[in-house]
Amino acid sequence: MRFFFHFGRYLLLLKQLFKRPENYRMYWDELFRQMVAIGVSSLGIVIIISVFMGAVTTVQTAYQLISGLVAKTVIGAIVSDSSILELGPTITSLVLAGKIGSSIASEIGTMRVTEQIDALEIMGVNAPGYLISPKILAAVITIPMLIVLSITLSIGGGIFVGDLTGILSAQQFIEGARSSFLPYNIFFSLTKAFTFAFIISSVSAYQGYYTSGGSLEVGQSSTKAVVYSCILILLSDYLLAQLML
Amino acid sequence: MIELKNISKSFGEKKILEDISLRFQPGKVNMIIGASGSGKSVLMKLMVGLHLPDKGSIEYDGQDYVSLDRNQRSEVRKQIGMLFQNSALFDSLTVEQNVIFPLSMFSPDSHADNLKRVNFCLERVGLSNTNKLYPAELSGGMKKRVGIARAIVLNPKYLFCDEPNSGLDPLTSILIDELIKEITQEYDITTIINSHDMNSVMEIGDQIAYIYKGHKEWEGDKATILTTDNQLLNEFVFATNFLRQFRDKSR
Ligand SMILES: Nc1ncnc2c1ncn2[C@@H]1O[C@H](COP(=O)(O)OP(=O)(O)O)[C@@H](O)[C@H]1O
Ligand SMILES: [Mg+2]
Repeated sequence: MRFFFHFGRYLLLLKQLFKRPENYRMYWDELFRQMVAIGVSSLGIVIIISVFMGAVTTVQTAYQLISGLVAKTVIGAIVSDSSILELGPTITSLVLAGKIGSSIASEIGTMRVTEQIDALEIMGVNAPGYLISPKILAAVITIPMLIVLSITLSIGGGIFVGDLTGILSAQQFIEGARSSFLPYNIFFSLTKAFTFAFIISSVSAYQGYYTSGGSLEVGQSSTKAVVYSCILILLSDYLLAQLML
Repeated sequence: MIELKNISKSFGEKKILEDISLRFQPGKVNMIIGASGSGKSVLMKLMVGLHLPDKGSIEYDGQDYVSLDRNQRSEVRKQIGMLFQNSALFDSLTVEQNVIFPLSMFSPDSHADNLKRVNFCLERVGLSNTNKLYPAELSGGMKKRVGIARAIVLNPKYLFCDEPNSGLDPLTSILIDELIKEITQEYDITTIINSHDMNSVMEIGDQIAYIYKGHKEWEGDKATILTTDNQLLNEFVFATNFLRQFRDKSR
């Protein structure tokens, strides 16, 4: 019952994003600000987790394939495929849900409880349009880029650690990666990236927009934004895998 | 001119406002007074269109706001400025960016012209050299001044102020009250102020309405408020021992 209430209200909120902007330049400027806030500021964390993801996966895959019957190039194939299919898009999105989701929800939630949203409405500004659409758009533009970077760095981390520790040479790694590479996987991975970006930004904006009360409730909205984004990411991850693979 | 006719509003089961009718005097400071929780803020949010009433009409120059379509409503809203209880400045923007925001959004003029208007308004509210500060760096009184500047930057016909001196010391309160009164007279604005502060009422109120538990209990002017025999209003006006003793002595 409550699910339908929230889902309905979420859809109604999304519908309000499609009203014509009062002033395109203001929305455009806001879009760029948000691309910096969402995309550029997440670069550091994406770089760190991606390199480690690839490195750890390489070491662990080598450990599991200890038998001499399997060619070492298989490690490269496994690491690069899992980076493209799952580690890059999903793990990165889960981390970004924590970082971006909480910041979107608490920013909009604070604006709600301190009446800044009311102030916008009184001026005649469509508050959901001005506050939420640039964030969703910025997320849908920058998060897939971050995920492409993440995949690249994850594979890079795997190559580097594999070579460094003598598990397999960089050449063997790349040979393995090439042998199993399917362009379709990139398409699938990007589909995930767009979906997750939309989930993180819209769900968090929804949680923030319907905050009521004070700073305590802002904190709760921010927590809910992260939890629901993560659950929905995993759910849609599964659904997309069922549908597309 | 703004007129409320038989306004009622509930949130769920809870009745907040019941059958309120009020007419506000153009070009004057109209005050709505009442205890905390009596429904003043909800009434004001109804008037500016942030909530819709369950019953009744809100007429701007004879047009019922409730029955207007989206475009007509936004035309009415362009004539409204509002000062919020906690100023509601945009945290992420500087003073200058806060005040220029409505202009950038709606005015066809150049940025330089808009900036002139912003500086004029900031000067009018007694703030210069604060343009580049962020709201977090301002005192409560300064925030209110910025809030007022932002509210009047589009030359509104109506100015709404929700508890303009809540959280301010008595001296700053008076300064803010006087500023609102001066602006009302200078630009011939119809001002509506929510307050629970009797000082403000006596200082700047032209017309006063007393809201008690969601209904209009009394309506009148400064002269009559002190001599009223309305029991509930009397309790509100003479809430402090000091004032009660003062009244009893002067009788
Ligand atoms: N959005 C809302 N939803 C539910 N109840 C509300 C809402 N806004 C205000 N109320 C309730 O309406 C009553 C009057 O509140 P308010 O108008 O803020 O009082 P005042 O401004 O006179 O102090 C309070 O009991 C408050 O809890
Ligand atoms: Mg109030």
